[in-house]
Amino acid sequence: MNQEVSFYEVKKYKTGILNWILSTDHKRIGLLYLYSILAFFIVGVCLGLAMKLELIAPGKTIMEAQTYNAVFTFHGIIMIFLIIIPGLPAVFGNFLLPIMIGAKDVAFPKLNLLSWWIYVLGAVVALMSQFMGDGPPDTGWTFYAPYSFKTSTTMLPAIIGAFILGFSSILTGLNFIVTIHRMRAPGMTWLKMPLFPWSLYATGWIQLLSTPIVGITLLMVVAERTMNIGFFDPALGGDPVLYQHLFWIYSHPAVYIMILPAMGTISEIIPTFSQKTIFGYKAVVASTLLIAFVGYFVWGHHMYTAGMSDTAVWLFSLMTFLVAIPSAVKVFNWIATMYKGSINLKVPLYWALGFLFLFMVGGLTGLVLGAVATDVQVHDTAFVVAHFHFVMFGGVGTAFFGAMHYWFPKMYGKMYDESWAKVGFYTFIVGFLLLYMPMFWLGMYGMPRRYYDYLEQFHGGNIISSFGALVLVAGLAIIIINLVTSARKGKKAEKDPWHGKTLEWQVDSPPTLENFDTIPVVEKGPYEY
Amino acid sequence: MINREMIDASNLVAGVDKAFWIILSISFLFLIGLTIVMLYFVYKYNKKRHPKAVQIDGSVKLEIIWTGIPLILVMLMFYYGWKGYKPVTGPAPDGAMEITAVARMWNFQFQYENGKRTDTLYIPKDRPVKLNLKALDVIHGLSIPAFRVKSDMVPGRKDHSTWFIPQKEGKFDLFCTEYCGLNHSYMYTAAVVMPQEKFDKWYKDKSAAPVADKAAKPGAQGLALLQKTGCVACHSFNGTKLIGPTFKGIYGAKHVVKRGKEEVEITVDDEYIRKSIMDPNAEIVKGYKKGLMLSYKEQLTDKDVDLIIEYLKTLK
Ligand code: HEC
Ligand SMILES: [Cu+2]
Ligand SMILES: [Cu+2]
Repeated sequence: MNQEVSFYEVKKYKTGILNWILSTDHKRIGLLYLYSILAFFIVGVCLGLAMKLELIAPGKTIMEAQTYNAVFTFHGIIMIFLIIIPGLPAVFGNFLLPIMIGAKDVAFPKLNLLSWWIYVLGAVVALMSQFMGDGPPDTGWTFYAPYSFKTSTTMLPAIIGAFILGFSSILTGLNFIVTIHRMRAPGMTWLKMPLFPWSLYATGWIQLLSTPIVGITLLMVVAERTMNIGFFDPALGGDPVLYQHLFWIYSHPAVYIMILPAMGTISEIIPTFSQKTIFGYKAVVASTLLIAFVGYFVWGHHMYTAGMSDTAVWLFSLMTFLVAIPSAVKVFNWIATMYKGSINLKVPLYWALGFLFLFMVGGLTGLVLGAVATDVQVHDTAFVVAHFHFVMFGGVGTAFFGAMHYWFPKMYGKMYDESWAKVGFYTFIVGFLLLYMPMFWLGMYGMPRRYYDYLEQFHGGNIISSFGALVLVAGLAIIIINLVTSARKGKKAEKDPWHGKTLEWQVDSPPTLENFDTIPVVEKGPYEY
Repeated sequence: MINREMIDASNLVAGVDKAFWIILSISFLFLIGLTIVMLYFVYKYNKKRHPKAVQIDGSVKLEIIWTGIPLILVMLMFYYGWKGYKPVTGPAPDGAMEITAVARMWNFQFQYENGKRTDTLYIPKDRPVKLNLKALDVIHGLSIPAFRVKSDMVPGRKDHSTWFIPQKEGKFDLFCTEYCGLNHSYMYTAAVVMPQEKFDKWYKDKSAAPVADKAAKPGAQGLALLQKTGCVACHSFNGTKLIGPTFKGIYGAKHVVKRGKEEVEITVDDEYIRKSIMDPNAEIVKGYKKGLMLSYKEQLTDKDVDLIIEYLKTLK
């Protein structure tokens, strides 16, 4: 095989599309995920915008209550299960993990392709719920019992879809764990591994260990709906709070499945654009592992008002505060990395700084939710919605865009347009703050979440928020259009446009099929300048 | 914390708001401080001003400091968070006024020990109020933001309760905070706090009929009952199909209902309506779902049902 051409040129099949959907090349699979996720993201954003337009004024604005309930459910299912959970690992993990550790591919390339197919299957099944039976599901993405048994809408496909998607996640996690254990380049000891692979490693373990729990839980719901076995429905002798426990035992660690790779990305971007080694490498690694571990024991903070014992409430609150520490340590190390650096203020660093700010707001408001007294006041209100959008969208989302701009030259061999990228960034941040900041206030005043209509006193905040949504969507449009046009017509990129030190900057842009002509031998730490 | 007028509307307000202040002000300081430092570094060490980076691997001392200080601060937050919640842990004090709050799709009912039933929570000032929380169909939540009170209402739970002491006269919003389906956002009412004497007078007043104006049109009391009990969330008066069949022209109409597996045609009469309200799932109107309407045995008396029937007859 000709080692000189990029992986785009290597074609096994005559029909173009088969070269993608049957490819076992980790880079093509990463891009397959990117395009699938982008498509779903556009749908999810439109649904979010529709909700915000509905809420611009009290009473009916553009849709009926039933439609609204279906819209927020679908928005949640798409954003959580189809986008942020696979998100960074599936796209950038696939494309870059093997290159960053000096390997030719992941450990199980065929399994890797299979997980994409399972992802597509799960997505299709979940989407079917929108068109079948008595209307789209209206339970919210949490499928809380017993409402999920009472509703007459089409629940089963949505639940089975989420179940199938779990397998995709498990397989990706497994694949990455084995790849990291077995395929690191000679000389790359654990403590010479870059931080993005480290974050994927921790994430892999969470995917592997906690996804089966939600799988079983969803199967129990299916059994209950089809065979009337009473696990969760009190009408059948079940316990609805048990459902919440099982659901959050997975879904809280899932938050770390989403955020850890985002943190890993930031740990790559900041050293590169400071031209400086990461401050406290070991502390950053240790905090990654600690977050993954302690994150298992805090799920109860979603349930302070559900009627748990006071002791349980006390303990979950304590654990929640402990898990905040490693995240704070990371923030300090990132900022310290910039100290006495030689900072090259480019768009990926803009996103990293945006990440830091929005993630700090998300994390600090998380403290309000960790403390019992304050959580009881804002639980199930707009405050919680604002908080997790700051963490998920402001954190994972901005890290994703940061990664997109950072590795764009590597993935496409082209440069994006710098000035449009900046316009997109600023529009995004302004829209984001306008959209979500007022929701903190609305929540403290008591406006419940999942609310189709509201009392007059909540009107002001909602107007600002809806206006912010429009700005935010404009920002997203600019960012996406800029990236798409640049991928086609951008200036040619060099091998190493940012003077990065990790291995992906030593291979061609875009890489060849097998990434490296000869497998490199690693002698230095990952960020030694 | 948020509204001057709300201050000390209940015994919880002070503790909760203190926790808010502590957490939010520490957070705010960190946010502003770190953001400034970050932007300052970006400016100061920009490659134009600082062309050569100084390589620093890290510092154990700093790691210890910035693990230790936040740890102390979050423990402080944890402590005040718990302390603010503490007053309502444990059982309600003796002599508390006991009220049972019953939630169903999509309204609240408050049942008093003397048999009084209301859709608004009337409570006396300065006396502990214990709310026994029940839900009949799905999970609901009872939240009175001004009191800093919130608790889920979980179906199947027998002995779940919360308590507080209202300390201010007035009318306060009471919301359902747990998503419960179609009309979740319309499931709200109010808590009305009255001085003890005024409350006693209200409490003892047995004559209080569902509507003030008894001389109104025939069935007016029935209409009030339908609205107060929340039937109108699922049944319309104008022919629109909501969750349940419309009440328009219902009396005397012929309906096909499913009784177990078989389908039978019935004529809507007193007997049928009574059964539909007290045992709604015995016969299901064709085209509707079982299990959505639950029995009103606990909420409505036979006399109430008579009043409702009287009103339904007027809906031609
Ligand atoms: C949560 C929604 C809901 C609420 C609240 C509700 N119902 Fe119903 N109701 C239904 C549904 C669904 C049906 C049809 C299924 C059945 O027959 O049980 C129904 C059927 C009926 C019928 C039979 C109608 C017919 O056309 O044959 C009557 C009468 C009735 N309800 C009265 C009431 C009254 C009175 C109340 C209030 C005290 C009430 N309902 C509250 C959902 C509701
Ligand atoms: Cu959580
Ligand atoms: Cu509700």
